Amino acid sequence: MTEQILGLVTGILFGFLLQKGGVLRFDRQVGALTFKDMTLVKFMFSAVMVGSVGLQLLAEAGAVTVSHTAMNVGATVAGGLLFGMGWAVAGLCPGTAVGALGEGRWHALFVIAGMLVGAALYAEAYPTLKITVLTWKDYGRMTLPQLLKLSPWLCIAALWGVGIVTFVWCEFKRV
Amino acid sequence: MNGKKRDRKWNPYLAGALAGLLAIGSAYATTKVMGRTAYFASTAAYVRAAAVIEQRILPGRVEKKEAFKKAKTKDDWQLMLVCGIFLGALAAALTGGAFEWEGVPPMWHKRFGPSEVKRSIGGFLGGVVAMFGARLADGCPVGHGLSGVMQLSVAGLATTVCFFAGGLMVASGLHMKDNFND
Repeated sequence: MTEQILGLVTGILFGFLLQKGGVLRFDRQVGALTFKDMTLVKFMFSAVMVGSVGLQLLAEAGAVTVSHTAMNVGATVAGGLLFGMGWAVAGLCPGTAVGALGEGRWHALFVIAGMLVGAALYAEAYPTLKITVLTWKDYGRMTLPQLLKLSPWLCIAALWGVGIVTFVWCEFKRV
Repeated sequence: MNGKKRDRKWNPYLAGALAGLLAIGSAYATTKVMGRTAYFASTAAYVRAAAVIEQRILPGRVEKKEAFKKAKTKDDWQLMLVCGIFLGALAAALTGGAFEWEGVPPMWHKRFGPSEVKRSIGGFLGGVVAMFGARLADGCPVGHGLSGVMQLSVAGLATTVCFFAGGLMVASGLHMKDNFND
C-alpha cells in the first residue's frame, strides 16, 4: 500500500506543478512545436537542469539506482519521430493528456482513448517489430558521460549551457 | 497572446524547477521506501489500462502478447503517479480559477474550425499514432524527456530530440500559415 500512496502523492504534486506551469494546454504543446509559445520548453529545461544536479549527487552518494532505457536506434528514431507526429496532431502527450482532462479540457478524453488503442495496437505489432525495426542497432543502456568518456558534471554543465542559451533566445524573442 | 482569458499561471521556470526538485525527492523517497528508484513515466500506465480493457472485450488474448508482459506494466507506483497527475491538475485548476470545459482548443479552432467532432477524431488518431510511437521508443516526453535526460541517458536525449523533430515537421506543416498571419 505504501508504494501506491507514494505514487499517488507524487503524481498529485507533479500534476499540480504541470497545471501551474501552464503546460497542459494543446496551445502550449503545439505552440512549442511551432516556436510560438515556449512555455513547455522552459518548463522541461528547468526541470531537467535542476533534476540532473540532484540525481547526480544522489547517484554519487549511492542513494539511488539508475533506470533508463537502452539506446536502440530503430526504437529511438522510428518511435521518436512517430510519437512526435502524433503528438503534433493530438497536442497532448500521455502524461499531459490526463492532466488536461483534470483541467476540464474534455477533448483530452479522445486523445487518451486513442492512446489506449495505440498501446493495444503496439502489442499486436510487437512480434513483427521485434524482428525488424528493433534489430537495427542496439548500443545498450548508456549515459552521455559514458559515451563521451567525460565527467558527468561536465555533461551537466553542458546541459545547463544549452538550457540557458535556449532561455535567453526565448526571452529575446518573447515566446 | 495566449487567448483572452489569462489564467494565473506560475512562472514556467519556477514550476519546472520545482518539478525537478520533486523528481529528485521522489527518486530518493522511492529508493528508501520501495528499495528501488522509480522515475517519472506515463506510458506504462496506459499499457496496463489497455491490457485490462482488452481482457474485458476479448478475453484470453492479452496473456499471449509479449508486449503486455514487460515488467513495468505491473508497476503500481507508475499507475498511481498517472492517476495523481489527474487529481493534482484538477486541484490546481479549481483553486487557481483555470478550470474550463473545452472541446476545441483555440489553436485548433483557428486552423480547423469549431467542430468538436473533428477535434475529437483528430485527437483520437493523433493519440493512436503517438502512443504507438511512444511504445516503440519505450517512453514519452515524461519518461525520456524528463527522467531520461535528467539521468543524462543517451536514449533519453536522442529520443527527446526525435520527439521534437517529428512534432516540428507535422506542426509546422499544419500551423505554418498562422505564423505568417500573426
